[in-house]
Amino acid sequence: MLQGHQTWVFLNRPVILSSAVVGGPFEAEGPLAEDFDLLHGDLWVGQDSYEKAEKKMLEEACEMAIHKAGLQKQDIQFFLGGDLLNQIISSCFTARTLAVPFLGLYGACSTSMEGLALASLIVDSRAGRYVLCGTSSHNSAAEKQYRYPTEYGSQKPPTAQWTVTAAGAALLGPEGDGPKVTSATIGRVVDMGVNDPFNMGGAMAPAAVDTIMAHFRDMQISPGYYDLIATGDLGKVGYKIAGDLLKKHGLEIPEKVFVDCGLLIYGEDQPAVMAGGSGCGCSASVVYGHILNRLKRGELKKVMIVATGALLSPLSYQQKESIPCIAHAVSIESE
Amino acid sequence: METYFWAFVVGGLICVVGQLLLDVGRFTPAHTMSILVVSGAVLDGLGLYEPLIDFAGAGATVPITSFGNALVHGALTEAESTGLIGILTGIFEVTSAGISSAIIFGFLAALFFKPKG
Repeated sequence: MLQGHQTWVFLNRPVILSSAVVGGPFEAEGPLAEDFDLLHGDLWVGQDSYEKAEKKMLEEACEMAIHKAGLQKQDIQFFLGGDLLNQIISSCFTARTLAVPFLGLYGACSTSMEGLALASLIVDSRAGRYVLCGTSSHNSAAEKQYRYPTEYGSQKPPTAQWTVTAAGAALLGPEGDGPKVTSATIGRVVDMGVNDPFNMGGAMAPAAVDTIMAHFRDMQISPGYYDLIATGDLGKVGYKIAGDLLKKHGLEIPEKVFVDCGLLIYGEDQPAVMAGGSGCGCSASVVYGHILNRLKRGELKKVMIVATGALLSPLSYQQKESIPCIAHAVSIESE
Repeated sequence: METYFWAFVVGGLICVVGQLLLDVGRFTPAHTMSILVVSGAVLDGLGLYEPLIDFAGAGATVPITSFGNALVHGALTEAESTGLIGILTGIFEVTSAGISSAIIFGFLAALFFKPKG
């Protein structure tokens, strides 16, 4: 049901029946390692290309999520997926393996919540009983596509972010045990004219703030409603900007409540990540692993995830276009 | 011993310029590299790069600016001996060792290591 300008309220409260997250070797060294269902010690995941490795991880995440819910592939009505690679091949090829009716999505790093919002809408409206949504990213595959060949060893400024090697999937159903998706706010594309692809957090922060403000306006609630508000992958730079912008708009969210998936996934002892994690797999793995686990343990009751995406392409950047950004917010509650 | 000192200082300073272009100028790595190559070429055109090599040795020949210098230097030398056509034939005169080895070693590396990154 539409509420306000751009928010869906899910009156039937779709349930996240299960979720699974798969990570790479660098994520295995991070503070959230225990929240992953499967961690690979090999960046190639036993495949002969990074692209195949990413697809393999998404397949594993999807299959594990289906298995954990005690279902079979044929029980799933729809699979919603997206990723960062050209023509979203990781998702399309995973859909080929799953052989489940598929809708491909692209929202860059916001794809995780774009998928969860749409999957919830389908389940809530009874257009599907069991709907799977998933997304993935691979550090080396993304580097290769968006920046330089990995062997080139190009320097990056400290505002740059590290693409997370991970895949995450969540399975939604109309009833059962698990956290429930209660609402979703679909973001507008916001472009403040930033054209530095090595500062995507800074570019995405205004989009995150726009969606957060829209959510509170449409839902007529205040930030105190949530135990946790997690932005997608703003990193150190974007997180600071978003915090400042929210204050300017009169929304003071305590630091304990306002977190960023890009900062949660890696530790202080992993300086190679520069400003923090990014990529579709970042918010997907943190939310479908760490945050859902905390909801299930009862440490959190109500959370809002605001996944942010930078909608640039290597070509648009070379043609000196600025970076349009988007953010989608989804509220998950455990009763 | 003095040569080592100046090689270190001059080579280091060229790298400082590159780092400043990246960090302060906000140029991309590709732009930075091109700027340094073109600078080397222009400096040699003005007759300034050879004296720098005499002074700093490897400090001036190892950085990428030396590649720009070598392109122009080959062209100018060849132009002197064979006329205008020398500009075309001479560009790769000095740099051919570098370019050929890039091709050959690149080929060999690809044969043995299957680069896919």
